Amino acid sequence: MREKEITKLKDYKYGFTTDIENIRAPKGLNKEVIKFISKAKKEPKWMLDWRMKAYERFKNLKEPNWQKPKYPKIDYQDIYYYSAPKSTSENPKNLDELDPKLLETYKKLGIPLQEQQRLNGIAVDAVFDSVSVATTFKDKLNEVGVIFCPISEAIKKHPELVRKYLGSVIPLTDHYFATLNSAVFTDGSFVYIPPGVRCPMELSTYFRINASQTGQFERTLIIADKGSYVSYLEGCTAPMRDENQLHAANVELIALDDAEIKYSTVQNWYPGDEDGKGGIYNFVTKRGLCKGINSKISWTQVETGSAITWKYPSCILQGDNSIGEFYSIAITNNHQKADTGTKMIHLGKNTKSKIISKGISAGFSDMTYRGLVDISFKAKNSTNYTQCDSLLMGNKCGAHTIPYIKNKNPESNIAHEATTSKISEEQLYYCQQRGLNPEEAVGLIVNGFCKEVLQQLPMEFAVEAQKLVGISLEGSVG
Amino acid sequence: MEEQLKIDFEKLLENSNFSKKNVELKRKNFDNFIKKGFPNRREENWKFSDLNQIISKNIKNLSFYNDLSKPNKIDQSIFIDGLEHNKLVFVNGKIEKIEFDYEEKNKIEILDDLVLEKFNDVNNSLLFLNNAFVSNYFKLTVKKNYALQKPLIIYNITNKDLVSKNVNLKVDIMLEENSSLKLIEFSNDKSTTNFININYNFDLQKNSILKNYKIDNNSNSNIKYYFNNISQDTNSVSEIFLLSSGSEFIKNEINCNLNGIYASAFVNGVFMLNETKHHEIKTNINHLVENTKSYQLIKSVLDDTSKAVYQGKIFVDSKAQKTDGYQLSKAILLNDNTEFNAKPELEIYADDVKCSHGSSSGSLNEESIFYLMSRGLNYKEAKKLLINGFLLDVVEKITDSEIKNLIKNIMSLKQ
Repeated sequence: MREKEITKLKDYKYGFTTDIENIRAPKGLNKEVIKFISKAKKEPKWMLDWRMKAYERFKNLKEPNWQKPKYPKIDYQDIYYYSAPKSTSENPKNLDELDPKLLETYKKLGIPLQEQQRLNGIAVDAVFDSVSVATTFKDKLNEVGVIFCPISEAIKKHPELVRKYLGSVIPLTDHYFATLNSAVFTDGSFVYIPPGVRCPMELSTYFRINASQTGQFERTLIIADKGSYVSYLEGCTAPMRDENQLHAANVELIALDDAEIKYSTVQNWYPGDEDGKGGIYNFVTKRGLCKGINSKISWTQVETGSAITWKYPSCILQGDNSIGEFYSIAITNNHQKADTGTKMIHLGKNTKSKIISKGISAGFSDMTYRGLVDISFKAKNSTNYTQCDSLLMGNKCGAHTIPYIKNKNPESNIAHEATTSKISEEQLYYCQQRGLNPEEAVGLIVNGFCKEVLQQLPMEFAVEAQKLVGISLEGSVG
Repeated sequence: MEEQLKIDFEKLLENSNFSKKNVELKRKNFDNFIKKGFPNRREENWKFSDLNQIISKNIKNLSFYNDLSKPNKIDQSIFIDGLEHNKLVFVNGKIEKIEFDYEEKNKIEILDDLVLEKFNDVNNSLLFLNNAFVSNYFKLTVKKNYALQKPLIIYNITNKDLVSKNVNLKVDIMLEENSSLKLIEFSNDKSTTNFININYNFDLQKNSILKNYKIDNNSNSNIKYYFNNISQDTNSVSEIFLLSSGSEFIKNEINCNLNGIYASAFVNGVFMLNETKHHEIKTNINHLVENTKSYQLIKSVLDDTSKAVYQGKIFVDSKAQKTDGYQLSKAILLNDNTEFNAKPELEIYADDVKCSHGSSSGSLNEESIFYLMSRGLNYKEAKKLLINGFLLDVVEKITDSEIKNLIKNIMSLKQ
C-alpha cells in the first residue's frame, strides 16, 4: 500500500494542478494544501478565505482528551487531505473478487445484487444503472424547487445560501475536529427546501450523483425554510470499507419557522478486526439549530460500525415552541468503543426535547452515553425527558452513562432515567424453548430492546437496520 | 495567596514539634498543593462549583495558620437537648472536650495526637492542603463486638474570633468486627468567611454498622469541604444522611469502597437552600466485589438565588456481579434565579447487575397546590405542606427513630 502511494506521488511531480483525475494533494496539512483543495474544487475566494480562517484557528487549538475511549495519537501531517475519486479501473470487476465474508453479510442483510455491485464500485449493467434512477428523482425535486446537490456545487451555484448558513450552527471557532473540518472539507451534501414545501421523498446521499466515495471530511448543510419538511438519510446498512482512518464530518441543520428536519443515520463502517486492529475513527460533529418558532429537529442514529465512535448530535432550541428529539442505538462488539449521546440546549420558551438512547455492549467493547440537557433561565415552560438504557453481554465489556443536567428555570421540568441490565436467562430460555438458537434469541431480544428507536427510522431503513442489529452481535453469545 | 501559604506553613513548622520524618511528609503534601492550587472548574469533579473562584469571591486575605495553643471556651447552650449522647467537641479545629459518659471505657479507644505516617498520592489537592496543615489528627476505635449505647455527637464549633482562616481537621473512625456506632456531626458556626476543610476516614470491618448523620443547619458565611472516605468489609452497613442547609458553600464528597461481599451503603441527602448559597454533594460508590448494594436519594428545595449540585457516581467493577445500585435525585426550584445541576453517572463493567438512576427537577405542581387551596389552605400553607412532604420522604429513610425525630425537629418538618 505504502509503495503504491509513493509511486503515485512520484507520478505527480509537477506541482499543483487543476486536473483532478486520479491525483492527491501532498500529505500533510498546511496553507498550500488548503489552497490546493480550494482550487481543485474551483471555489470562489470567499470560501478560501473562510477555510484559511479556520486553519489559523486550528493551529491554536489543542486536541481534546476528556473522552472515554482513548486512541493512539493521530499524526495530522501524515494524512492526505484531498484525493480525487479513484478511477474505476482499480475497482473489482465482479463480485467474485470480493471478500467472501462481506458477501455473506450482504446476503444476510438482503441487499439486492446490483446494489451490492454499486456499493463496491463495480460497473453496473445499464439497465440497472442507478444514475438513471437518480435522474428521475432529480426531476421530481426540481419540480418543487428543492435544491439537493454536492456542497461544492452549491458553493458555486447558490453562494448566497451557503454564505448565510455555512458555519452558523457549527462556527469556525468550534472545537478541534469541527475546525479541522472547516479548513479542509472536501465534499458533502447541500439541501435547501423552499418555504412551504414538503419534500416528496426521503433524501439520501445514496441517490446523489458523484457520491460513490465517502469523503473523509464531509460537510453537510441542510436548510429547511419556513413551513417545510424534509427527511434525510445518511449512510447505509451495508458494511463500508474505507481506507481513511479518521473521519471528521460536520453536519449542520437549520430549521426556520414551522419547519421540520428528520435526520437518520445508519453507520456501519469498518470496526477493525476481532482483536481490535484497524477500524475507523468516527469523530463527527452534528448540530441542528431550531431557529424559528414551532420548528423541529429529530436525530435518529444506529451506530454499529467504527472502531471508535465519538459524536453528539445536538439540538439548539432557539425558537419558541421548538422541539428536539434524539433516538439512538449504539452497538459495540469486540474491541469497539463508543462515546455518544446528545446535547439539548433550551433557549426558547415552551421548548421540548426527548432523548431515547439504547446502548448495547458485548465482547471487550466499551459504550458510553454522554448527554447534556441545559435549560436556560429564559426557556420558560420547557420540558425534557431522557431515557438511556444499557445492555451488557459478558463481564469484559463496559457500559457507562454520564448525563449532565443543568436547570436554571423553575417553570421547566426535567426527567431522566437510566437502567443497566443484562438479557435475562428466562427470556433466553423461553426463546430457545420455542426453537430459536441462542444467537437468534439474542437478536430477537435486542431488537425488542431497541424497538422504540427502530420505529423512528424510515420504513426501508428500519427493516435492514433490524437485521443489522442481529448481525452486529454475532459471536457475542456463548 | 501562594506567598501567604508559604509564610503560614513555615510558621506552623516553627511552632509545632513535628518529627523530622513528619516535617518531610508535610512538606511533600504542601508542595503538591502549591503545584495544584485550589480546584477550579477545569477539573471535571469541580465543573459545577469552581472553588477557586468561590474562595476568592467570598474570602478576603485567607490565611492558613491557626494558633491552637490557647484553649477555647465552649458555649454549652448549643448542645443538643433531649437526647442522651457522648460528646466530642472541636472548637476552631481544636479538640476541646472528649466525653464518653455512657460507654464502657475499655471498649473504645481514643487517640488525639496522631501524626501522618505515610504519603498518599491522591488526585485531590484539598487533601494535600489538609495533610500539610493539620497539626495532629484524631482517631476513635470501637472495639470488637461493642455497640455504643448512646449516639456520639461531634460538635464542630467555630466562634467569633475566627475570621478568614483555613481550618483543617482530620478524623479517623475505625469500627472493628461486629461493632456499631451512631454518629451525628453537628456544625455550629458563629465565625465569618473561613475555609473549613474536613477529612473523615471510616474503616468498617466485618459486620459493623455505621450510621452517620451530618447536620449543617446554622446560617453562616463559611466555605466548607468535607471529604468522607469509607471503606467497607464483608456484611458491613453504612448509612449516611446529609442535611445541607446552613453554610454559604459546602461540598460533601463521599467516596465509598465496598470491598467485602454483602456490604451495603446508603446515602440520603437534603438540600434546603436560600439566599446565595451554593451546595454540592458528590458521591463515588465503588462496587468492587460481588453482591454489594448501594442506594442514594437526594432531594433539594431551592429558593432565592441558591444553587445545588448533585454528582453521583456508581462504579461497578467487572468482578462485582449481582450488584444492586440505585440513585435518585429530585429538585424543586422555587425561584427564577435558582439553579440545579446534576450529573448522575454510571460506570459499569459487569453484566449481571441491576443499576439505575433517575433525576428530575422542576417547580411545585400547581395542581397539587390548587387541590390543597380548595380545601381551605392559603397559598403559602399549601406550598409549605407540599415541600414538607417532599423532604419528609428522605428523612423517613433514617433508621434510628430517636435521631429521626431530632432531625425532623431541626428541619421543623411535621408528620
